[in-house]
Amino acid sequence: MVLGNWRKTFAIYQSAAVRPAFGLADLAVGLGILTLLYVAARVGAESLVHFNPPETVPSISLDPSNLPNYAARSTLRMFVALVASTVFTFVYGYAAARSRRAEKVLVPLLDILQSVPVLGFLSVTVTAFIALFRGSLLGLEAASIFAIFTGQAWNMTFSFYQSLRSVPAELDEMATLYRLSRWERFTRLELPAAALGLVWNAMMSFGGGWFFLAASEAISVLNRQYTLPGLGSYVAAAIEARDVHALAWAILTMITLIFAIDQFFWKPLVTVADRYKLELSAGEQRRFWLVDLWRAASLPGHLSRVTRPLFRAIDRVMRRMTPAPAETVAAKPSRIADAIYFTALALVTTGLVAAAARFVFSEVGGREVLHAARLGLLTCARVLALIAVSTLIWTPVGVAIGFSPRLARISQPIVQILASFPANFLFPFATLGFIRFGISLNWGSMLLMALGSQWYLLFNVIGGAQAVPNDLREMAASIGLERGRAWLKLIGPAIFGSWVTGAITASGGAWNASIVSEIVSWGDTTLTASGLGSYISQATAKGDWPRIVLGVGLMSVFVVGFNRLLWRRLYDLAESKYRLG
Amino acid sequence: MNATQTNTALLAAEQIAKTFPLPAGGEQTVLEKVDLRIAPGEVVALLGRSGSGKSTLLRILAGLIEPSHGRVMINGRELHGPNAGVAMVFQSFALLPWLTVQENAELGLFARGVDREECSKEAMQALSMVGLEGFEGAYPRELSGGMRQRVGFARAFVMKPDVLMMDEPFSALDVLTAQNLRGEISALWERGKFPAKSILVVTHNIEEAVLLADRVVVLGANPGSVRGEVRVDIPQPRRTKNPRFVSLVDYIYTVMTNPSAPMTGVPAAAQIGSSTERFPMLPHTRAGGISGLLEIINDRGGREDLPKLAESLRLEVDDLLPAIDAAALLGFAEVSQGDVTILPAGREFATANVHRSHEIFQEQLLKRVPFMSTVVGAIDQKADGRIPKDFLMDILDEHFSESEAERQFQTMVDWGRYAQLFEYDADDERLYKAAPEEEVIVGD
Repeated sequence: MVLGNWRKTFAIYQSAAVRPAFGLADLAVGLGILTLLYVAARVGAESLVHFNPPETVPSISLDPSNLPNYAARSTLRMFVALVASTVFTFVYGYAAARSRRAEKVLVPLLDILQSVPVLGFLSVTVTAFIALFRGSLLGLEAASIFAIFTGQAWNMTFSFYQSLRSVPAELDEMATLYRLSRWERFTRLELPAAALGLVWNAMMSFGGGWFFLAASEAISVLNRQYTLPGLGSYVAAAIEARDVHALAWAILTMITLIFAIDQFFWKPLVTVADRYKLELSAGEQRRFWLVDLWRAASLPGHLSRVTRPLFRAIDRVMRRMTPAPAETVAAKPSRIADAIYFTALALVTTGLVAAAARFVFSEVGGREVLHAARLGLLTCARVLALIAVSTLIWTPVGVAIGFSPRLARISQPIVQILASFPANFLFPFATLGFIRFGISLNWGSMLLMALGSQWYLLFNVIGGAQAVPNDLREMAASIGLERGRAWLKLIGPAIFGSWVTGAITASGGAWNASIVSEIVSWGDTTLTASGLGSYISQATAKGDWPRIVLGVGLMSVFVVGFNRLLWRRLYDLAESKYRLG
Repeated sequence: MNATQTNTALLAAEQIAKTFPLPAGGEQTVLEKVDLRIAPGEVVALLGRSGSGKSTLLRILAGLIEPSHGRVMINGRELHGPNAGVAMVFQSFALLPWLTVQENAELGLFARGVDREECSKEAMQALSMVGLEGFEGAYPRELSGGMRQRVGFARAFVMKPDVLMMDEPFSALDVLTAQNLRGEISALWERGKFPAKSILVVTHNIEEAVLLADRVVVLGANPGSVRGEVRVDIPQPRRTKNPRFVSLVDYIYTVMTNPSAPMTGVPAAAQIGSSTERFPMLPHTRAGGISGLLEIINDRGGREDLPKLAESLRLEVDDLLPAIDAAALLGFAEVSQGDVTILPAGREFATANVHRSHEIFQEQLLKRVPFMSTVVGAIDQKADGRIPKDFLMDILDEHFSESEAERQFQTMVDWGRYAQLFEYDADDERLYKAAPEEEVIVGD
């Protein structure tokens, strides 16, 4: 095992009291940093040079030798979006956790944003950003990054907000009593307390982001085809040219990319974040070869010796700039101010909804609304059917994997890559199949929607099965519970909570995917299914604003309604009745 | 209280009251008219049971919570915001797991803007004071519970506070570790090198209070208020076998088990359990626990010294209090002079067979806790014989805080089930009439 040897080689240095001045580890770390800097500089420079007026849209070359370049540009977009999501998370999450009034608006809003079909907004955002950066490609870049951002930010923000709210009371009191400045409170207490959850959520959201990247790099909005050089637009071009070989190259590149980013970015980050666990119980520290390598090398030590004074200076300045309040403001909320605030809020909300409704009704009429609602029911049926079928297929598989540590070890990384892999890269193959065998997309779209969303279900079921205590399984075996009864009495209830979590995520993903799954093409053949997703896609392509508003609004209503009426209840049931321990 | 007095106190609470809004509207008074002064050089223990608001009082004095009425004075001015003259040792240690022992210890000093070298020097000094030299680079998760709390003490020591506050500092530790650390803190104080002028310790442990404090302030519950105080004039180091120590502990026991008795002079043996309040607070204990306790007392001749009883059961005396209170409330036993005596009903209950003991419990419960009859009546009046939990919670919410109402409900359900007055379906959260006995499958 290569990794094992790495670990051993560098562990020697680690345990030695005196590190060598410059070792093998340093060479590796140094080379790694230089390569990264080189690639970042080159790609960054390119995306600055290539800004063209919108009429001369950059063409995509299907020559596979261009793929590394496209991959790098897509990756850059993903990371810019990740940075934006992180900044947004801090600002929004902090505001929601710290201000009672802001919380009343921000948290429900976040809940809605989380369940709204992000892809439906592409039309709005692309138009807005193009108007903002008139005469350059920057608008398109921004729109694509924004699309990825909307796929990442909400989950991360929720996680951060919840971490802030659940900082143990005594730690909070300690920080107040010892007068930690706001900066210290944030860097010493709140950020570390939120780190682990935030990193895990960011990793999951980042994986989901590829889907939005692929969907947003090549898009036709308002009767115009927009293209950004990248992996997503490469796939789109390959579809148009009916080039299966190019598609295969793109998929290979994508898998390599996901694997590389996992190894060089997420795994190290998760390993480091593992230190920031709130519970004090001693457990085995998570280890990872890259982190061991970094710790074994002396270069990082030299680097940090150089940068330490700088960080300390920043720390000092920030501390002085954000002193702890000397007096707690007598926080007696004024009832009158509250009443005015909430009335205003209610008025604004009602006003906005009424304006949208009026716009839709006056432009397209009630009949169109009914038509769209009928399409919504069709898509809804697809989502439900796909959850049911995925459950039937993946629950036994997930439980089998979860119950067997060996299977879990083998399959975990595979499932993880599958979950990150943008399903829309596979759409062309499915489309080809549909065309060849004459399958209607009305049925086929369910498969397309499932391609991306089913993994959440599998993921969670595996986790749930792993959490079933061994004692319970041994008990079931010892009293001779036969298979059917074991599922009914033990396994089913025990994994119910995880299943609900997975199903919520999967159904959200499926609704979103319907926008790109209910209308697909191969060359100049286009398959269309009737549903709310294709309705939104078509309205977006034509720039039909009333129908865009109607479609997106209706889909939001469906998703939010579903969450409230079905998923929330199942979740409560799982929390109250089917909780282990 | 005149001005000169206020000036000599490091910290003075004047007519403090604290109310919290109740979920059902209205408010719950947690503290009422509390006066407390901490003079330089004294160790004060705040002793009270759950619901006495002792932790709330501590946090008001530390400036973490604003009082609803009254004021806290420090150095002749009114306190608003965190009290700079206070350092606190927390029950759960409140250490940051991602900082080393030293970084944790110097956190407060660092926040004051003291430069790095000075911080480090002070932290090392405090760490050596609590016996943690050599551990400065360790992380809290590598330490045992006792060592973690030592870091908590070191972090407080480096602040050199006027008043060192401790909130149940030893209760998260096992008995031996707690004893050890308590002894060391006490010895540090006696040696006169203690880095604080005074100590205020909150505890529910009577022996701990008498071991540490010059003055034990006893808080009463519902609402929390100062019932009185006891001066402890036993020289340090104090031993639990010392007769004066034993008599002081006994005296405080008597006071604490007689919530209605005035706390002055030699306590009279007051009757308790005669309370016919409609909403007496049910002590949080299981019916099975009451029965077990009574059997033990009965086996020992029907009368026993409380501390002795606790010691022989290897429990802290405070752990026994809820069951003792419940026995008194139900008229099974009475408490006086630190002794618990079994009453005729209790003797019958302790010796009866399973079937009969449920009956006796039912009789006493209906007689002594009127609210139980109300509940049974409500169930009978419903056509389907089922009443929702929310119905009772609405009533309880008017008298107790949200979490206390929930605990009251849980206790009520446990007692009601034991008395076979009703059953509870946790799935649809309804109370219903208990089935006739022969159909009941005995669960416990």
